[in-house]
Amino acid sequence: ALSPQAAMTKLGQWLCGLALLGSAWAALALTLPGLRLPAPYRQALLPLPIYLLVAFGCYSLATVGYRLATFNDCEEAAVELQEHIRAARADLRQRGLR
Amino acid sequence: MAAGGADKFSVLLPTYNERENLPLVVWLLARTFQESGNNFEIIIIDDGSPDGTQEIAEQLEKIYGSDKILLRPRARKLGLGTAYIHGMKHATGNFIVIMDADLSHHPKFIPEFIRKQKEGNFDIVSGTRYKGNGGVYGWDLKRKLISRGANFITQVLLRPGASDLTGSFRLYRKEVLQKLMEKCVSKGYVFQMEMIVRARQLGYTIGEVPISFVDRVYGESKLGGNEIVSFLKGLLTLFATT
Repeated sequence: ALSPQAAMTKLGQWLCGLALLGSAWAALALTLPGLRLPAPYRQALLPLPIYLLVAFGCYSLATVGYRLATFNDCEEAAVELQEHIRAARADLRQRGLR
Repeated sequence: MAAGGADKFSVLLPTYNERENLPLVVWLLARTFQESGNNFEIIIIDDGSPDGTQEIAEQLEKIYGSDKILLRPRARKLGLGTAYIHGMKHATGNFIVIMDADLSHHPKFIPEFIRKQKEGNFDIVSGTRYKGNGGVYGWDLKRKLISRGANFITQVLLRPGASDLTGSFRLYRKEVLQKLMEKCVSKGYVFQMEMIVRARQLGYTIGEVPISFVDRVYGESKLGGNEIVSFLKGLLTLFATT
């Protein structure tokens, strides 16, 4: 069964999301007639997109860095594989493999 | 259900120049399945390997029996996707295991896949290198960084609900794999990613089992600039079309 989200592509979801957030930000932070927030609020909201981008950049670096540092090295798996290869070769030779 | 009501597992092994590794993989598979008591068959799809893989496969068929080892070779190198389709035509199991034939995937994980599948009645069980005690052996820092970086971008863009998308060690219900093969069009790493993405679209459930990936061929440098570029192109295509 298709979930409602699956009907839209990921690109479509991103564009919708960005359009929504973008228009909200534009309405509140830019000087538009009709909706006028007090100046301090507008000044705080104006650089918000850049802040969010930088925050996301930092999050990305931290996450990838953490995952890289905790990437398991399977030493035992490699050793075990060598043992299994030896056993396999011996047994197969016995069974007639050339 | 396979005939008789019990589960049967068909392992698809596409091979190209695996004369050394094929008998070892088959030996490990046979031993694993015999120990776990599951009914199995191994389907070897060789793409006209010039190194004698086919001859070794024929010897294995004699040793293990033609009900356990099915040889379904092709004339030349035709790609992984078509190898799966070709192999599945002859599969009599109700579950399909896909894996690499070069010993980077160890058959010992297959009983864990089976256990996981029963536990959650999953349509797909995917081996992951990135969670739990999954991991790799034989990768330097650069390779690991590329792997984690690419996976991160994939997670952000596709939100796939599975931690390891480019992995190719998986258990599928046969009808699920057949359905997915109809829909998938990509090649290489992206092909494995597309399978998971399409599976989610179609509402299939996916379970994960940590696996260890032992890379013994990295020295021959499988990851060049070209591969990275085609990966990104494939990823963006999936992003825009699914």
